[in-house]
Amino acid sequence: MATETKYEYDAIKGFAISSLFWGIVGLLVGILISLQLVYPQLNFTPWLTYGRLRPIHTNALIYGFTIPAAFSLFFFLVQRLGRTPLAYPGLAKFTLYLFNIAIVLAALSLFAGMSQSKEYSELEWPLDIGEVVLWVLFSINIIGTIVRRTEEQMYVSLWYILATVVGVAIVYIGNNISVPVSLFKSYSIYAGANDANVQWWFGHNAVAFVFTTIPLAVFYYILPKSSGAPLYSHRLSIVGFWSLVFAYLWTGAHHLVYTPLPDWIQTVAIAFSIFLIAPSWASVINGYGTMNGRWEQMRSNYLVKFIVLGITFYGLQTVQGPSQAVRAFSSLIHYTDWVPGHVHMGTMGWVTMTISAGFYYMLPRIYNTEIFSVKLANLHFWLVLIGQLIYSVTMWITGIRQGAMWQAMDSDGSLVYANFIETLTPNYPFWNMRTLGGVIFFAGFLVFVYNIAKTIQHAPAPQKA
Amino acid sequence: MNVDKKPLTFMILAVLAILVGTLLTTFIPLFVGTVSPSTEKVIPYKPLELEGRDIYIREGCNNCHTQTVRPLPFETKRYGSYSQLEDSAIDRPHLWGSRRTGPDLARVGRKYPAAWHYQHMKNPQSMYPRSNMPAYPWLAEHKLDTSDTAAKMKVLGYAFAPEDLAVLNGKSEMDAMVAYLLRLGRELKQ
Repeated sequence: MATETKYEYDAIKGFAISSLFWGIVGLLVGILISLQLVYPQLNFTPWLTYGRLRPIHTNALIYGFTIPAAFSLFFFLVQRLGRTPLAYPGLAKFTLYLFNIAIVLAALSLFAGMSQSKEYSELEWPLDIGEVVLWVLFSINIIGTIVRRTEEQMYVSLWYILATVVGVAIVYIGNNISVPVSLFKSYSIYAGANDANVQWWFGHNAVAFVFTTIPLAVFYYILPKSSGAPLYSHRLSIVGFWSLVFAYLWTGAHHLVYTPLPDWIQTVAIAFSIFLIAPSWASVINGYGTMNGRWEQMRSNYLVKFIVLGITFYGLQTVQGPSQAVRAFSSLIHYTDWVPGHVHMGTMGWVTMTISAGFYYMLPRIYNTEIFSVKLANLHFWLVLIGQLIYSVTMWITGIRQGAMWQAMDSDGSLVYANFIETLTPNYPFWNMRTLGGVIFFAGFLVFVYNIAKTIQHAPAPQKA
Repeated sequence: MNVDKKPLTFMILAVLAILVGTLLTTFIPLFVGTVSPSTEKVIPYKPLELEGRDIYIREGCNNCHTQTVRPLPFETKRYGSYSQLEDSAIDRPHLWGSRRTGPDLARVGRKYPAAWHYQHMKNPQSMYPRSNMPAYPWLAEHKLDTSDTAAKMKVLGYAFAPEDLAVLNGKSEMDAMVAYLLRLGRELKQ
């Protein structure tokens, strides 16, 4: 036993718990803003108005839930896949404390209305600097550990981890360059159409490097580990990786179809969006191929259930996304609820299911115990699956409904629903269904947190070295 | 060469792959005239309008309202002429938005008078009983903070005279918000 690598787990545990905590916060805010859309009297105070809370919902679940989940899982993966301990454990713990301070300040600043207004990039410049510092500290540990690895070949998961490290840095810094007026206020250096173009280059690649490469790194590790099957095709994973990392950056302007942004930029973005189906499905096919001949595990193995449903929603997401980019379809569903329905299939289906599988696999191992309850894990699975489906499907329906009402014109060329409010109020029953879906999903998430908490509680006391 | 055995080379290649699309579709267009139109035709923001715009940003109005009319018949019929590059040429940041929980506002300044906006901001449900817009009565009670106005105008490069700032005296946040809303759709010199 003396020759076994001594892995470093403290920061991993801290980031996992932080992630679950901020996940609960972000989901609760999501339920509140969902209710506010039907019951405006729930906008209690200026700090609790929809306009300020919606960025808190998105930021809490991107930067408060997904990012620390990635810190946690990546610190685990680089050690295991490199067969080497974390390069700088003290720095990792410092990063953990700094992270939680930054998230508290970020939440307070958004409550107070300090915002750059750019979506998922609302935080004002001092917090942007804080986030960049955090990312650098995280990257030092990731790169340092990978460089010191004893396993010569880097497995696919490590490629996606390295892509996340450089990709997030480039798009986050690129979009946040601004001129400060005071400590709490700054203005983007880009103007008008350029600002929009840079923003959605960032926005869509936040999807690429937070909601795609992070879960893919986890997926490529957890699926073979939990199913006991080797990865279907190494070659496919190489082609998939490089074409994904190359193509994603061209697609941001599909968020700006039919805006004043010049047509050629929109058209290039639409074309690359359609191309992106190929690298996305390379991972889906790799997943299904790996499961070939082992599909009975979908009954017996809860980890496989999470990871296979996760990659299935990724597959659906990456076909639906490109279809939305096409002008004909965009003209119907852009600016409607279809788009949040699309986003939430990705986040509630693909991202959260994959991270859950990662935590269910990793946490019992680092706490040297078993999962508290497989039954509860299965309950968690069904609740988040049903909640997400209710959410997405109702939003797609009402999105098409509202888009069609906006377009409806009489034969004399006048609008059938000339008053906007006529197209708004039919959303309300669908939005109540959305809230119901969200509450069911949240219940599933609480079961998940309870299961993890009990697992940790039952872990044997750590032995002093 | 096996790049999956060389992490630093691997990272450099990943950065290069990322930068191709980034530069060609996003950063090189910054220097292309067709994306960065002349600002000659644009009327600079007055200090009160700019403060109103910053309140619009603070309250996150862009989470529910877009400011870009698409060049489609049913859009121009509903909202007015479609948005042009010039309309937002001096806007930092842009406020085009991504979701229309409420209607597009790019031309709203031409649609309603000031009194309509005061009443609607204060109590939207008094005008549309089933509207889901939050009420903002407190904007009328908050005195406008003008301590950074001059600095803001300078950072953004908008020309202004000292008497433009004097107008701000005694104004509420609501006054600024309404002044901003009335500007929307009137950005260009006729």
